[in-house]
Amino acid sequence: MAKNHVTTTINGEPVEFLCETQQTLLDVLRDELQLTGSKEGCASGDCGACSVMVDDRLVCSCLVMGVEAEGSSIETIEGMADGENLHPLQQKFLENAALQCGICTPGFLIAAKSLLEKNPDPTETEVRYWLAGNLCRCTGYDKIIRSVLEVAAEAKGA
Amino acid sequence: MSALQYKAPTSVDEAAALLAGASGEARVLAGGTDLLVQLRAAMIAPELIVDVKHIPELTSVSVEDGVYSIGAAAASAELHENADLFAMWPGVIEAMDLVGSTQIQGRASLGGNLCNASPAADSVPAMIAASAVCVIAGPNGTREVPVEDVATGPGQTSLAKGEFVVTIRLPKKAPRTGDAYLRFIPRTEMDIAVVGVGVCLTLDEGGVCTAARVSLGAVAARALLVKDAADALIGTKCDDAAMANLDAAAQAACSPINDKRGTIEFRTKVAGVLARRATAIALERARS
Amino acid sequence: MSGNANGYKWIGTRTIRPDGVDKVTGRAAFGADFALPGMLVGKILRSPHAHARILSIDSSKAEALPGVKAIVTSADFPEIPPSEAIKGSSPPNYRHLSQNLMAREKVLYDGHAVAAVAATSAAVASEALSLISVEYEVLPHVTDVLEAMKPDAPVLHDDLFTGGVEPKPDKPSNVAKRVEFAIGDIDAGFADADVVVERDYSTEGIHQGYIETHAVVANMGEDGQATIWCSSQGHFMVRQYTAGLLNMNIGDIKVTPAEIGGGFGGKTTVYLEPVALLLSRKSGHAIKMVMTRDEVFRATGPTSGSAMTIKIGAKKDGKITAAEADLKFFAGAFPGAPVHLGCMCGFTPYDIENVKAVGFDVVTNRPKAISYRAPGAPIAAFAIESAIDELAGKLNIEPLALREMNAAREGTRTAYGPTLGVVGFEETLEAAKTHPHFSEPLGPDQGRGIASGYWFNVGGESSASVSVNEDGSVTVTSGAPDIGGSRASLCIMAAEVFGIDIGEVRAVIGDTNATAFNRHTGGSRVTFALGMVVVNAAEDCIVQLRTAAAKIWDIDVEAVVWEEGEARPAGDNAGKFEPLSLGDLAAKTPMTGGPISSEKSSNVQGPGPAFGTHICDVEVDRETGHVKILRYTAIQDAGRAIHPGYVEGQMQGGVAQGIGWALNEEYIYGDDGRLQNPGFLDYRIPVASDLPMIDTVIVEVPNPTHPYGVRGVGEIPIIPPMAAVANAIEDAVGMRLTDLPMSPPKVLEALENGG
Ligand SMILES: Cc1cc2nc3c(=O)[nH]c(=O)nc-3n(C[C@H](O)[C@H](O)[C@H](O)COP(=O)(O)OP(=O)(O)OC[C@H]3O[C@@H](n4cnc5c(N)ncnc54)[C@H](O)[C@@H]3O)c2cc1C
Ligand code: FES
Ligand code: FES
Repeated sequence: MAKNHVTTTINGEPVEFLCETQQTLLDVLRDELQLTGSKEGCASGDCGACSVMVDDRLVCSCLVMGVEAEGSSIETIEGMADGENLHPLQQKFLENAALQCGICTPGFLIAAKSLLEKNPDPTETEVRYWLAGNLCRCTGYDKIIRSVLEVAAEAKGA
Repeated sequence: MSALQYKAPTSVDEAAALLAGASGEARVLAGGTDLLVQLRAAMIAPELIVDVKHIPELTSVSVEDGVYSIGAAAASAELHENADLFAMWPGVIEAMDLVGSTQIQGRASLGGNLCNASPAADSVPAMIAASAVCVIAGPNGTREVPVEDVATGPGQTSLAKGEFVVTIRLPKKAPRTGDAYLRFIPRTEMDIAVVGVGVCLTLDEGGVCTAARVSLGAVAARALLVKDAADALIGTKCDDAAMANLDAAAQAACSPINDKRGTIEFRTKVAGVLARRATAIALERARS
Repeated sequence: MSGNANGYKWIGTRTIRPDGVDKVTGRAAFGADFALPGMLVGKILRSPHAHARILSIDSSKAEALPGVKAIVTSADFPEIPPSEAIKGSSPPNYRHLSQNLMAREKVLYDGHAVAAVAATSAAVASEALSLISVEYEVLPHVTDVLEAMKPDAPVLHDDLFTGGVEPKPDKPSNVAKRVEFAIGDIDAGFADADVVVERDYSTEGIHQGYIETHAVVANMGEDGQATIWCSSQGHFMVRQYTAGLLNMNIGDIKVTPAEIGGGFGGKTTVYLEPVALLLSRKSGHAIKMVMTRDEVFRATGPTSGSAMTIKIGAKKDGKITAAEADLKFFAGAFPGAPVHLGCMCGFTPYDIENVKAVGFDVVTNRPKAISYRAPGAPIAAFAIESAIDELAGKLNIEPLALREMNAAREGTRTAYGPTLGVVGFEETLEAAKTHPHFSEPLGPDQGRGIASGYWFNVGGESSASVSVNEDGSVTVTSGAPDIGGSRASLCIMAAEVFGIDIGEVRAVIGDTNATAFNRHTGGSRVTFALGMVVVNAAEDCIVQLRTAAAKIWDIDVEAVVWEEGEARPAGDNAGKFEPLSLGDLAAKTPMTGGPISSEKSSNVQGPGPAFGTHICDVEVDRETGHVKILRYTAIQDAGRAIHPGYVEGQMQGGVAQGIGWALNEEYIYGDDGRLQNPGFLDYRIPVASDLPMIDTVIVEVPNPTHPYGVRGVGEIPIIPPMAAVANAIEDAVGMRLTDLPMSPPKVLEALENGG
């Protein structure tokens, strides 16, 4: 079976890959490109662990076909920190113990970053609803929500 | 193993030709939030997938003389961000906005929600209430069909081979018209509707309801347009008595099933409750 | 950074976890993130039937498919006879474990593994599964616990005879065993009571719901040496169980732990590892297997559902005179429901003279139950704490006050034997009473519920080593996976003992060759038990460091003290020599007798039982039955919070799971015995918008057996929520809900029928 040749940009770098039509973008990231920071918790859009940005839209990479990525620009957790410098959300999650097992963390960070880019000053309710597609079974969400609100508040104060 | 083909045509005609010419099963891909789940679960096994998101008409929104034409594959998030559209048809846009999570919103489309033909699809009762019409293209040209005539049963549509939805048209809104959609789910997000109710109504200057459409989701094999429920409102000021009649008419129209998402009794009862609550919101909107 | 209010330098501070950066940047490698060159993909064929006899399995078509490299069925696994089911003194039952891994004569639940395939790609493996034809004779099935106990119920195992009853039954049944715990004279106790409440309760089967599905990479070397990479709650457990199931020597298997994406008790057994190893042996390639979410729900986890009857009697003044529980838990396809734990924990918060708790462990055509956070205790507590609330209502005593009147304290005898030592239950009640939440006014259709919970906590076999590196930094190597920040706690304790900066300490989870045996992470044991071993090892290092300094200064080791991270001359020698820091001493080890390190192993005892008390506010939509959680406060005795952030996190996470259990989570089986909701869409765990912030109050009544007073904290928080929610609903609308989950259709039905 002929594989599809796809040209994209991932975390700012041009990337080409070959994939089978059945492969999702998540399969491609994890299995073909060794970008395993995006996680598979369900493969059906329910858990958000696979969250990535495609052309500035937050999506579940398990519900995007690999071939659809042609010509698009993708951001994953691997591109969130600026070299050694963690993104303020990453730093805040660490300080606030907003992760326990950490499997949901990449998805939450990507989703939270996209929220703050759209809405720099969200209410608690807005944060909770924006992140409702990201499941966390360990934390009860409390410290995650607080971390997002604190980062927003600090950015406003700055 | 049969090789799955992926095509991304850039015109309506090209897409129609691809779909019509496929020897086996061909599927339109919009946001993929139903399609990819079904593919992964091996519920469907198409040989061709036609991604329609590269066709400009399918992803854009335009308005002409008060009539909105919404690309069938436009992502819900874009519709929600379109302030004019939202202000004009808050019920339809809110209904679509209820679909899944923020991530799902980045991809899910009205056309996909409609053509997936789930009886619980959230946008469908809202579109039916709003008198929305589909523009359907196919190998023999285009035709227009009211939204309520697209789904025929769970997973079944009236679309012929090679046909697909290009745009969804929302009519020019009469003055003092308001629409609303409410659904019941066990959680606050990420569930499929146990019951959904779309309402659109128009008032005269004295506040009397002159026109109404009430549509119920998830209480039958497809979304219902319930004339009796609308009639309970028309000619009234939507007072308590009218609301009670509406509640009863909505309940009477239900023929739901018992399943993992709800019981017959629960769905029937709550359909009446939500009909009242959605009407109250539509009323507010019609008045303001 | 210097000290904090408790007098310690690091204990009780919110340090950043050592594995944190990897986890926020996506670098941390979880179970499914590992790969070996040339590895194959393994997949499992599962039963579509709840109960059926396997007549034949024909895999010839699958074998012929290009790309298929190996297929295994139960015939490839050693059969474990009843006489060898138990190896050593403790679980598991290897015979049952083996039958659960791969069905033998019969499939016992929807999702039971029947065969496994290794192929060059996932697509080929999936196609191969569809080419295996299994001929079944479908048998009647039973998924309900009360149905399964009936004399005419379909029997799952014809060699299962109820244990714990005299005389031994002559017919097999689904009741695996009966347990009983009793003190006093139950009849006299009830005769003494002025008021008695009695009611039936039930709970559904629910899943741990970890976000990471089970995953493994396994490789069998040509020399018979096996290597396994996987995420689990115990890589030593994986090694031991795999060896036992495949008749291998434990020493021939090395298991390397991946980061684990949640377990909550559900990853304390093996499902994939022995299968992957066998496929590897047969194919000559490394094998990777990753479960789908559907497989996780159908074939792993869940915890028991139950049918319970609770009866409690009290004097008019509130003194409880007698309490009786009849608990029937289903275990799934093989025995092992945690019903004895429910019996042990349920009434322990109260000092009651006459107690009787009887439990039944019942098999049903569902996946085999496995631990879920405080196994058994939350189920019993739902019923018992509801009954306490009802009793308070009947006595017209405020429910918290009734608990205070009867609260267990040091010296209280438990129904299961031990007398309680220093415990902090009364302190949690006091903290609840004085919390602003307790007296905040409520609106219409709103209600407040209180519930408490008890867990005995666990110690167990623990091994760790502490080494001082050449530059004076310290490495702590332990063998218990870090599920929720235990590396941070171990670092804090080591830094405290050494008196050095936390940044100088690294905690590593070693593979099965790096340390001696460790019991799996579970029962809230790691910070307590591993902590104890790490503290002992660090203290041993300090003796070595003092000895080294004594050698350099040429004085007695008794004349050297260790203070603030350095050796100082003391007594007569005080001030005579410049103190030597950890770094100084580390650099001089070639002259002072060699590297400084210590490895300790111990079967740690005295884990320190603990209690929690929760306050929950709800609002009920009377027209739809929807229950909204408005406010929640969890109060718990943690002994000592080593890292308060992760203690709070355990509490908040447990509460969220408990709220899910209370309101919406349930296994839904169709009449055909198939699971209807094997996915997160319809198995409804709480999402962020379902919950409020979860307030926490950590009460610290130190555990006298631990150097820093630690008690386990992970289990307690899931025990009270179901009753707290039920009691709050009762307070809001005057209806007592007795069946979990309290989903909208049930709440609405209750309101219609009697509200
Ligand atoms: C986690 C999750 C939560 C969800 N929650 C909800 C919810 O709350 N409410 C709800 O209603 N739905 C929900 N859904 C279902 C789904 O997201 C919606 O139905 C969505 O609107 C589908 O749109 P799509 O663009 O992704 O469709 P696709 O998946 O691309 O297509 C769906 C079907 O329609 C066909 N199709 C698509 N576009 C056209 C067209 N223009 N012409 C003809 N046929 C077409 C496709 O071939 C396919 O059969 C959820 C899905 C997920 C994964
Ligand atoms: S893996 Fe994509 S949403 Fe769960
Ligand atoms: S931290 Fe474990 S799932 Fe979120």
